[in-house]
Amino acid sequence: MAEQQVVPSQQLAAPVARLSGQPVNRCYQCHKCTAGCPVAAIMDLKPHQVVRYVQLGLEEELSKSKTIWQCAACRTCISRCPNGIDIAAINDALKQRSLARGIPPALPEVAAFHQAFLASVKSKGRVHELGMMIAFKLKTGTYFQDVPLGLKMFQRRKLRLLPEGIKNRQRFRTLLQGEGEKGWQE
Amino acid sequence: MRLSYYPGCSLHSTAAEYSASAEALFQALGVELRELDDWCCCGATSGHSLSSFLSHALPLHNLVLAEAVGDDLLVPCAACYNSLKSAQAFMAGGSQEAGELKRQVAQSLGREYRGQVRVRHVIDVLADPRVENLIKDRLKKSLAGMPLASYYGCLLTRPPKVTSFETNPEQPQLMDRLLRLAGAMPVTWSHKNECCGASLAIPQPQIVEGLVGKIIAAARRAGAAAIVTACPLCQTNLDSRQPAGGDYLPVFFITEIIGLALGLNATPWLRKHLIDPLPLLHQQGLLAAS
Repeated sequence: MAEQQVVPSQQLAAPVARLSGQPVNRCYQCHKCTAGCPVAAIMDLKPHQVVRYVQLGLEEELSKSKTIWQCAACRTCISRCPNGIDIAAINDALKQRSLARGIPPALPEVAAFHQAFLASVKSKGRVHELGMMIAFKLKTGTYFQDVPLGLKMFQRRKLRLLPEGIKNRQRFRTLLQGEGEKGWQE
Repeated sequence: MRLSYYPGCSLHSTAAEYSASAEALFQALGVELRELDDWCCCGATSGHSLSSFLSHALPLHNLVLAEAVGDDLLVPCAACYNSLKSAQAFMAGGSQEAGELKRQVAQSLGREYRGQVRVRHVIDVLADPRVENLIKDRLKKSLAGMPLASYYGCLLTRPPKVTSFETNPEQPQLMDRLLRLAGAMPVTWSHKNECCGASLAIPQPQIVEGLVGKIIAAARRAGAAAIVTACPLCQTNLDSRQPAGGDYLPVFFITEIIGLALGLNATPWLRKHLIDPLPLLHQQGLLAAS
């Protein structure tokens, strides 16, 4: 059967290597990462395949994959990789590229969670767990998920009603402005 | 001995008992903790997931504040610890981006990052021979051979080149040593540094329930009566997402266990747990009957 030929290219590998700081071209597919990955069993693309797909420039497939959002960033892969490749960092780079290109995330809840978390941090300097959870639920419509758990935590005063913030907001905001400067965005 | 203290966001809310027990413990040991003034969130998993900039800039904010004080920085949260160490490694790498960030940080914070603060996790400090001796001198109660599973999770030991204070990051031992010091019996088990799923608990709870189920089953298989952690998110996940049916295993913070051995009043901390550890401790005669 005639299939489209896929050959290694630097088209995706180079920008992912730069954004993630990882030597993606060194991977020789020993599968040690996948063997130790706690989430591999449910991933559509296994960790070693993510690296191979990056080498082959298959960005569409990677963007549609749930894997990049399911990675728990436990760092088992980098700890065992004979070539020192941090696949969690590669997954982060792929998440950032996907969002920047406006591709809907394969697991929108995970993206919404990270966005709600960072919005909370950016506004007060510290994360307000209750506020962040409400923002997450409004965005994803998961109103009833974990409500009994939330109530139990609330009863034990594990969730603060009001956010706690840092004092020197001006200094903090100035620091955050650096995010828009060159080199940090895809 | 004096340390700067970086609690992080979780220790001010969902893991308040970790902070309370750490503060009480170090006070009892005569180690002064001074909370870092105006610390910010480290960015945690969300930071590095969506923004390389934030994943370095947020920890640097705190490192620069800590450098101004000059003492070693005590960090109880595994995720904060990992973020701070990763940011230090990134800056030490000397890349062009690191140089650029250094300039930006100096400009906005009015103080240059120098890379001089020693970032230390609670386990690392407690297992320091000097501190270990302070603990030995103050032991009041023995945990009487209680079988406990020391659970490291991920971010305290991985990646080893960046984070580890353990000789063998695949088989970390310091927490076991501390448990033995308290008179408990650390079990040998298979899931000591398997991942609990971390922040996926909120957007993908089924993943975390699966991972937590395996960790709990492994701890049971090894004969543990409870699990001991040194990470607020590990504790929350293990405490809140154990599979229904059967007895639940209590999940302690290491500071609570050492605090118990020092005879500190642990009840207010333990009442915050979702799985009530008090029956187990009463059974072992470790709490005064109330």
